[in-house]
Amino acid sequence: MSIQKWSASQVAKKVIHNEELFILDVRNADAFEDWKIDGHRFEYLNIPYFELLDGIDNILPNIPTDKEVLVVCAKEGSSLMVAEMLAEAGIEVAYLAGGMKSWSEYLEPVKIGDLTGGGELYQFVRLGKGCLSYMVLSEGEAAIIDAVRFTDMFITFAEHKNVQIKHVFDTHLHADHISGGRHIAEMTGATYYLPPKDAEEVVFHYTPLVDGTTVQIGASKIDVGAIYSPGHTIGSTSFVVDGKYLLTGDILFIDSIGRPDLAGLADDWVGDLRDTLYKRYRELSDELIVLPAHFMIIDELNEDGTVAKRLGDLFVQNHGLNIQDEEEFRRVVTDELPPQPNAYQEIRQVNMGKITPGLDEQTEMEIGPNRCAVR
Amino acid sequence: MKSSLQLDAKGLSCPMPIVKTKKAIDTLKPGEVLEVQVTDKGALADIPAWAKAGGHIILDQSEEAGVITFFIQKA
Repeated sequence: MSIQKWSASQVAKKVIHNEELFILDVRNADAFEDWKIDGHRFEYLNIPYFELLDGIDNILPNIPTDKEVLVVCAKEGSSLMVAEMLAEAGIEVAYLAGGMKSWSEYLEPVKIGDLTGGGELYQFVRLGKGCLSYMVLSEGEAAIIDAVRFTDMFITFAEHKNVQIKHVFDTHLHADHISGGRHIAEMTGATYYLPPKDAEEVVFHYTPLVDGTTVQIGASKIDVGAIYSPGHTIGSTSFVVDGKYLLTGDILFIDSIGRPDLAGLADDWVGDLRDTLYKRYRELSDELIVLPAHFMIIDELNEDGTVAKRLGDLFVQNHGLNIQDEEEFRRVVTDELPPQPNAYQEIRQVNMGKITPGLDEQTEMEIGPNRCAVR
Repeated sequence: MKSSLQLDAKGLSCPMPIVKTKKAIDTLKPGEVLEVQVTDKGALADIPAWAKAGGHIILDQSEEAGVITFFIQKA
């Protein structure tokens, strides 16, 4: 039987189109438990490759013959080895090019909607890491919000759309992934904005992003306006785009809310988080479509692959917005926290410009799920 | 630490460090010790997990200048 080599992009399409897939993940059990390729209709078998060195006969009965089979490992080598063994046993099989490393890095641009006067809003879904970045386009100009570190992806997309990147924002100083914002700004001549309260230690020049900061994109002057919304970090800022969309950064997600502890000050910031979610956001229109900077679980994806929901619906459905008792809220967001993201302290240092690791090191730092939320 | 056999798996990437380690262990008698040097970071988690699955014991593990050294006693 032949072996197919699938790209992360091909696997992403299967996630987004809700297709069936059987994944044989040959990483060790800890790695699999921590983080895997999530799909609504995916089935899994986790057997470390080193338990298959003497042959795959033991697992053959567990490999389905009526659906596609993808072998996955950390970087590729082991999955190819196991795929070859399966193919020899007569099974049609594919392996993931670049392994979980390439899955962690893949970005899928998805259109969220049209804006006034022919503008467009795109969401860049980093399925493997759960990161969401945004591009607002209108008549020759673009703004980018919360760009991940794959700068080429955004710059090429902008060229393809024939727009010049004018403004690049980070809603806060990220702790789970390395920002590409500053580099995109340097490469394109755009202005790079960061909330000053998160930027006290940064070593590069930036333009302060504060409550009320507004830029207009393109000839139809699409408003991108900032709302100070602290709680995940003390500087966390949200955006309202074209009066229709609310970009919440890491404050509010679809099925969870931001955690206040990644910069080390959970007890100090829990009050800010409460105020943002229970006062500031409640003054906004229920009709705004919430676009967060992350998703945590695959169920947060809509049918079309977007991660977006009406603010009014979240006020009803999101558990984190429905804890009436303030003490209970404080307890949930300080006591019930999941483990911190991989290498989060080093990632903050990178985003402050204090350290500049090589590409391989950046990849290692970003391995694993984002873990920015508390559910 | 003393070993009966030394294996240089430096510069090899996954799965080769484990494949070679397994082959080397297969040539030893129970209780004998294999010394393995690797540079692939994936081996840090995988070699102990593989050893545990086979009942082998990691007697010592150290890292110097990017080279990870394991002393593995055969079960």
